Amino acid sequence: MTTARTIAFTLNGASVGADVKPHENLVELLQAQFGLTGARESCGQGMCGCCTVLVNGRAVSGCLYLASFADGAEVTTVEGLASGDALDPVQDAFIETAAFQCGYCTPGFILMAKQLLDEHPDPDDSMIRHYLSGNLCRCASYPQIVEAVRSAARRRLRRPSA
Amino acid sequence: MMIKDVIPGFELFRPRTVADAVTLLDQHKKDAWKIAGGNDSLSWFKDRLKRPKVVIDLTGIAEMKGVKETADGIEIGALTTLTDIENSAVIRKSYRLIADAASKVASPQIRNVGSIGGNLAQDARCWYYRTGLPCYRAGGNACFADTPEGQNREHALFDANRCVAVSPSDIAPVMIALDAKMVIRGAKGERVVAAEDFFVGPRIDITHMTQMQPEELLVAIRIPKAWAGARFYFEKVTDRNAWDFPLVNVAAALRTDAGGVVQEARVAIGGVACTPRRIGVAEETIKGKKVDQDLAQLAGQSSTRGARPLNYNHFKIPLMANLVMRGVRDAAS
Ligand SMILES: Cc1cc2nc3c(=O)[nH]c(=O)nc-3n(C[C@H](O)[C@H](O)[C@H](O)COP(=O)(O)OP(=O)(O)OC[C@H]3O[C@@H](n4cnc5c(N)ncnc54)[C@H](O)[C@@H]3O)c2cc1C
Ligand code: FES
Ligand code: FES
Repeated sequence: MTTARTIAFTLNGASVGADVKPHENLVELLQAQFGLTGARESCGQGMCGCCTVLVNGRAVSGCLYLASFADGAEVTTVEGLASGDALDPVQDAFIETAAFQCGYCTPGFILMAKQLLDEHPDPDDSMIRHYLSGNLCRCASYPQIVEAVRSAARRRLRRPSA
Repeated sequence: MMIKDVIPGFELFRPRTVADAVTLLDQHKKDAWKIAGGNDSLSWFKDRLKRPKVVIDLTGIAEMKGVKETADGIEIGALTTLTDIENSAVIRKSYRLIADAASKVASPQIRNVGSIGGNLAQDARCWYYRTGLPCYRAGGNACFADTPEGQNREHALFDANRCVAVSPSDIAPVMIALDAKMVIRGAKGERVVAAEDFFVGPRIDITHMTQMQPEELLVAIRIPKAWAGARFYFEKVTDRNAWDFPLVNVAAALRTDAGGVVQEARVAIGGVACTPRRIGVAEETIKGKKVDQDLAQLAGQSSTRGARPLNYNHFKIPLMANLVMRGVRDAAS
């Protein structure tokens, strides 16, 4: 009773297709069919942000997002941010600020920061906290994460094309 | 029991129009589950506590998306995301109360996907119910929260009837405060229901939180012009500062004359009953008067009359009194 359907979408800039089961979620699709493990399921219920994926530029919880919702959409995962060897300014900023310990939460924070900086290139701290409120870091790197987002904003303002 | 496992299979339909969705719902009736953003639905499916055979994905229905200005106010499509509501120019300008509440729901990830219709139709968050215990709301014949050991800190002060769960929505009290009308479609046609009648408590239907039938669809919400540009106040109190459901929230809308005398007022509180609760006594207390601290305090204190706390939720009584007090005071000032 669970007929798979073929969907087409843009994944990290490339046009792709996939056969998805009605009950599959976006994280399962990205891992099983595309080998992308940056978005990972942790709480499975919308509380931690580890499964964050950008869909049409907006962060979604991949664990609560049916894979078939991605039909026709533009999907970006952390694997799609770098161009060649050049990391995205947000990635550079996280590394330079050491905004992680174990790194499990990092892809989610980076993608959420990306949506924030696309919408507000020069955010203040309360804006940063508002946007990052759906991402949890068990290693509690929060001060460094907020600093990394500030630093990423400065980098992007210097290099507006990024 | 909260397994968050792989979701069991179902058949998925993706109608493109309200008419097609209504036909599908009529065909499958109780076997069908409607899905908008899926934030609430996927949680149930992963726990395998709800196992629909058929899921109807509403997200392809363009006519149910977006905010429109009409002669009588605005119409918000039920599929409009909470983020789009937070960012809507007309809502920010004239009905800021809705944007304020929307910006305080859950997390950005959930607001980016979660729809206003799904938020208003969301199910109770009582954890005994959510973990799959056979309580009244789940069709059983017990309540696990209202017992001597029951953890009922988050539960109801008013109108409990066997079930003591509360309305978890931040948007629901705003709908009462703005006198919203819910546009519902089913095979028999369209009906329009006032927000106050849309939400139902356990006395009326213990297994549903709204009066919508399984084969019906919420298509839009109309907000009357009468409240455009009024004075507003929204506040929610939570245990955590992020993604947390309200312990108690307040939505207030007032109109005053040039001298600050209150002409009209609507005040609603969430998190204290199974439905958002309109606080008529607070409205009457301030109508025809200028609101000062004493009057606001009186409005707040009278609002909790009749509260019947459980073992662990007495704290909600002063919390509610304070929120009503702030609601009428700060909306008026
Ligand atoms: C971690 C977490 C935290 C949250 N915190 C808050 C919070 O602080 N405040 C708050 O208010 N909410 C909160 N929520 C609830 C959240 O806002 C809702 O889950 C969300 O808005 C539901 O929207 P959806 O479109 O994703 O719903 P869905 O899961 O698609 O639907 C939810 C329910 O509504 C029904 N439904 C959906 N659309 C329609 C329609 N058009 N007509 C009829 N029935 C319909 C579905 O059948 C389903 O039963 C939280 C949710 C999560 C997961
Ligand atoms: S795994 Fe999706 S939010 Fe935690
Ligand atoms: S770095 Fe370990 S969870 Fe965030």
